[in-house]
Amino acid sequence: MLVKTKIGRRSFLKSTAVVGSGWVLGFSWTGCQSETSDSEDLPEEWFAVNAFLKIGNNGRVTILSPNPEGGQNVKTSMPMIVAEELDVNWEDVVVEQAPLNTDAFTRQFIGGSQAIRQGWQSLRMAGASARQMLRQAAAQAWQVPLEEVTTRQGVLHHEGSGKSATYGDLATAAAQVPVPEEVALKDIKEFRIIGTSRKNVDGHKIVTGQPLFGLDVQQEGMLIAMIIHPPAFGLKLKSMDAGSVRQMPGIRDVFSFKSMQDEYERQYFDTVTFTDLVAIVGESTWEVLNAKKALQVEWEAITDTEVAVDRFGQKQTITVPAGLEGSAQHRTQMEEAMSRPGTIRRKDGDPDRAFRLAVKVIERSYSAPFLAHNCMEPMNFFADVRNGKAQLIGPLQKPEYTEKTVSARLGIPLENIDIQMSRLGGGYGRRSYAHWLVEAAVISQRMEAPVKLIYTREDDMTSGIYRPTYQATYRAGLDANNNLIAFHIKAGGIPESPLFANRFPAGAVDHYLAEDWSINSNITVGSFRAPRSNFMAAAEQSFLDEVAELAGKDPIDFRLELLDRANKNPVGSDNEYDPLRYAGVLKLVREKSNWDQTLPNTYRGVSAYFCHNTYAAEVIDLVVKDGNPVVERVCCALDCGIVINPDAATNLAEGAIVDGIGNAFFGSMTFKQGVPDHSNFDTYRMIRMGEAPKKIDVHFVQNEADPTGMGEPPFPPVFGAVANALYKATGTRSYHQPFLKGNQMLG
Amino acid sequence: MANFNLNINGKSHQVDVDPTTPMLWVLRDHLNLVGTKYGCGIAQCGACTIHLNGVAMRSCSLPVSAVGNQPITTIEGLSEKGDHPVQKAWLEHDVPQCGYCQAGQIMNAAALLKSNPHPTDDEIDGAMHGNLCRCGTYTRIKAAIKTAANSMG
Repeated sequence: MLVKTKIGRRSFLKSTAVVGSGWVLGFSWTGCQSETSDSEDLPEEWFAVNAFLKIGNNGRVTILSPNPEGGQNVKTSMPMIVAEELDVNWEDVVVEQAPLNTDAFTRQFIGGSQAIRQGWQSLRMAGASARQMLRQAAAQAWQVPLEEVTTRQGVLHHEGSGKSATYGDLATAAAQVPVPEEVALKDIKEFRIIGTSRKNVDGHKIVTGQPLFGLDVQQEGMLIAMIIHPPAFGLKLKSMDAGSVRQMPGIRDVFSFKSMQDEYERQYFDTVTFTDLVAIVGESTWEVLNAKKALQVEWEAITDTEVAVDRFGQKQTITVPAGLEGSAQHRTQMEEAMSRPGTIRRKDGDPDRAFRLAVKVIERSYSAPFLAHNCMEPMNFFADVRNGKAQLIGPLQKPEYTEKTVSARLGIPLENIDIQMSRLGGGYGRRSYAHWLVEAAVISQRMEAPVKLIYTREDDMTSGIYRPTYQATYRAGLDANNNLIAFHIKAGGIPESPLFANRFPAGAVDHYLAEDWSINSNITVGSFRAPRSNFMAAAEQSFLDEVAELAGKDPIDFRLELLDRANKNPVGSDNEYDPLRYAGVLKLVREKSNWDQTLPNTYRGVSAYFCHNTYAAEVIDLVVKDGNPVVERVCCALDCGIVINPDAATNLAEGAIVDGIGNAFFGSMTFKQGVPDHSNFDTYRMIRMGEAPKKIDVHFVQNEADPTGMGEPPFPPVFGAVANALYKATGTRSYHQPFLKGNQMLG
Repeated sequence: MANFNLNINGKSHQVDVDPTTPMLWVLRDHLNLVGTKYGCGIAQCGACTIHLNGVAMRSCSLPVSAVGNQPITTIEGLSEKGDHPVQKAWLEHDVPQCGYCQAGQIMNAAALLKSNPHPTDDEIDGAMHGNLCRCGTYTRIKAAIKTAANSMG
């Protein structure tokens, strides 16, 4: 396949220009390079062929992984794609985290399960164009036609003359070759690296405790900073008495500051709860922690506050409402909103009439609470802002956006801002909103010293940016033959609606209505692994199970019937799924889980969902032990197109399933008088080892579709499968998350 | 402030710190041994697990003054080349996702296998209950512990 190199071409032009003038390496702290083998055989010189890769004079290849790594394994799988097209041995590859360079790389962030999907083409071209430049260099050196030069795992050959050379031999010549206008990509059947399981390139560093994370950054003269934020949503800083605390051992300064100026127009990822903060800066973490505990701060209620927001060019003013909100009040507000007409987002046919004509009508309501992300590595960032320059190192998901925010706040131009991405100790959406980077930078600027800002677990869990709380009511009408003829969703949340009006079963029902609502709040929210989908899948897939039961149909057959309808005779034209691929994962999970077999004392629930471009279906097997549910086995079928790194993709699906089970049973953040009810893991219930499934089987649909992401899609279906299995086990439907209360255990 | 002589990973270290300082911060801030992680500060997540006298301990809740001359092992000192059977098993099963909790998981698993070389599933669940993994790698952790147990004979 020949492809134009137009996409990502800037990166090739840019990088060839820097060859010879010294390649600027991204990281200046330890932990940047990852070997794919144990070899320490590093070359004397590297030649940058393009922004993605450098070839050593000994044939070793460094591949720069453009996106941040937060456990989704892109630091391994993205370079695998480059190595495939370059045609080298994976064992000869060294992986480095690329620096933030929006000129050279496109979409250098993680979110929406898009890294692989959107990187696919440019990563392939990076490898393929470098390979072509090496072939060109060989053709010139050997005076043979380009098309007669072949490659095999890092070696160039010319059969006619018998000549051969390693990539290392010709790297310097290749770096001078003009970037080709078009390159040939490998046929999928020739893949040798893609589709094979390769170990995490940082595995050895992780298991030996080497510094990889933002919290691990240490620099000469570095100070430790912590912040104090209001104890409740709806409060702000009034005053503080820093006098005696300033005198405490190891304390350098205590001051209040604004992380964002009031008049600043916030960009899309600038969500922040508290902008008036107190900083405590000192020499060691323990001393700063003690000062933080001792500091007396007074708070006052906020008034309704208008905030200017620019969402990708769409300018609006948002009102942050005053008040100390509580979960009981939220429930009342949501019930009220649900009783009023919503905003209609899609209407097919005549739903009112169809419901009147329906022989059976069923209506059910579902809800889910706010959730805290609880990344194991609390929020943190290193900042060194001195002499008009800012060096910033740490874990974040959207560096190219945060760079602009911090530039505006510091008054330092973008070219003097250097953001380096450390490994993320978990992200799940939370690290898209890097207000803590800005806070660290402001503190460093004021201290005129390098500073590492550390959030305590309590700061992390109580500073907002949660998964919103949601509610949805579903109604379905069946005709005399148990066909689904009418479907109605009304969904809403605080502060956003979770509705996707054009998703399944839209397109499969003649009379369909989707409407929604939202309620403003001062509790901040943000993306949480498969935003909105994580709730809609739970509600929809639980509801469809109950509708199937009402229709007297097997839940998988019932879904397949609807998908068959959507495929053969779709209602509407903007249905956001491919019914055949959707049905594909359901059929695969039915086969692999032996769905049609009844297992003694085992209660099974099924669920399927499509989001973030990947199809997922899951069957959960529950048993009951001493009156408690135990997840015995989960069978998962996925269609994410070509699977780059099967074992890593499997790991990600396993993790999403465990995460989903934990959140379905326990996940919950509630509030009283604006104060979060949980601030640490002693009361915020997280799934623990004994509660994880005994066995998880993950299967992939084999096809040649372009690859799509895996970080989010296996997560949303878990909730519905859990609810449906619980129903089989207990005879009672679970409508409101979390499904288990208080200190109940699994198993 | 007070002086403490600590035996960490077979080497002697001196620190001059507040006696209430948890070992976690002594390791991270004063000795630059950052493999031991901060997760919760209240012994609820296990990310800071070290060995004190060969027994798994939450270093966030262990004041330096309580250590005395008892030997401490951190993830950096679990093996010389990262080849402790538990570390090897972790690599074989490619356990980590984000990786942040894994040093604590490994230290806890190594202590478990030392005291109980062939734990049952329930014993593994019990011993590992205090170690959170937000990415949800529990099934691989358990498989790796079994592999390590088998390789240790």
